[in-house]
Amino acid sequence: MASGMKTYGKHRFPGRLFVVEGIDGSGKSTQLLLLQKWLESEGYVVYFSEWNSSPLVRDVTKRGKKKKMLTPMTFSLIHATDFADRTEHHIIPPLKAGAVVLADRYVYTAFARDVVRGVSPQWVRQLYDFAVKPTVGFYFRTPLEVAMKRILGGRNAIKYYEAGMDMGLSDDVEESFRMFQAHIIEEYEKMVSEFGLVVIDATRSIEEQQAEVRQLVSNALTGTKRTKVRRWLDLASLAKGSRI
Amino acid sequence: MARFSFFGQGLPNIDLGELKGKLVVLEGTDGVGRSTQIGLLKQWLENHGHAVLDTGMTRSALAGKRLKQAKEGHTLGPITMSLFYATDFADRLENEILPALRAGFVVLTDRYIYSLMARASVRGNDPEWLREVYGFALKPDAIFYLRLSVDDLVTRVLHSSGFDYWESGMDLHMGEDLYESFVRYQRWLLAEFDKMVEVYGFQIVDASRPIEEVFEDLHQHVARVLNGH
Repeated sequence: MASGMKTYGKHRFPGRLFVVEGIDGSGKSTQLLLLQKWLESEGYVVYFSEWNSSPLVRDVTKRGKKKKMLTPMTFSLIHATDFADRTEHHIIPPLKAGAVVLADRYVYTAFARDVVRGVSPQWVRQLYDFAVKPTVGFYFRTPLEVAMKRILGGRNAIKYYEAGMDMGLSDDVEESFRMFQAHIIEEYEKMVSEFGLVVIDATRSIEEQQAEVRQLVSNALTGTKRTKVRRWLDLASLAKGSRI
Repeated sequence: MARFSFFGQGLPNIDLGELKGKLVVLEGTDGVGRSTQIGLLKQWLENHGHAVLDTGMTRSALAGKRLKQAKEGHTLGPITMSLFYATDFADRLENEILPALRAGFVVLTDRYIYSLMARASVRGNDPEWLREVYGFALKPDAIFYLRLSVDDLVTRVLHSSGFDYWESGMDLHMGEDLYESFVRYQRWLLAEFDKMVEVYGFQIVDASRPIEEVFEDLHQHVARVLNGH
């Protein structure tokens, strides 16, 4: 019997995994980008895990969303498929190689979103049992009104599923989004103690938040692989490859 | 009381009491003649006035096409592959099987979660995890396990399409030789199925016999299911 599947909390890798969670507009992606820059300048081997899954899985997700074919169950399963691909190809291999892996959103996003859509909380947690437990999971706690202001100021269109329009909360996209996100926040709050998420007060200044994040990450990096410490010159080339 | 139940944590917002039809599963390893028997059963049932839906793996509107392509390219990892199959299955369950059962159809399905679990399990997925993931599946009215020894299977496969990459488990890297790999993989699968017989209440049908004899046996079994036995 081939037996290779390790479950949440049972993986042992030389690398470290840091993830950021929070509702849209919480500023988590900005914080992760700043963390990445700092880790690279400190000489750590950093791998930024994006949702760049296999084109086949991505196509199904895109098509399902575009044609509104997804039920809460298939929405949950296709995202879990996508996440499995990310785990098997983009998270486990760099962790084995001793890298510092950074992830913008993780299993907790799925737990929040799927449960709000009516999927059993117990089932969705079991579904993601193959996921690697992060070294630290940061939760950027943001009042809904603060996040709404940031989103409505910046982005042009809120998408159908992002606004939870499939749930029939409201016919108005903005109102539906607001109601959906309020439920998401409730789920996140429940997960803080369940999964030991580290809460960052996302109403403070970007600098203050980043200083706290760097301190916490730094404490968790003892013994992690480093290359030579980079000099300022290298940062110019890094900047070109930056993702936002 | 509802006649149907879920294996575990079921689907949200489903009234099981509405399901009036019958769910009949044909299981077995590759090449045992499942699709031939389903074709015959469908014809026989329709002749007797039953509406029939026949369905099978990788046929969902959502994921079927891409899943087939994924198999051809074999680039997905074992957990990803399992969940891709689970997505395909969930889409068919919600959009084909449940509506047909609500409308009182006899649903004949070529393979069910048992094949998916057996294949994933030999590829290293945790069996306990698989059972939990498939907790949303409906328990069928009957599961007929068309059983064929590996020796008989080899003869049959040679007479038809030859050894296929996936049916030979070549992704498991058990050897370069297609025949060797096929035999080892199918033995492994067969052992997984045999383990499930008691756990899930499979009814074994000897598939080494001629098509007519297998059908004779099967249609009597199905008749009993329709009469509520």
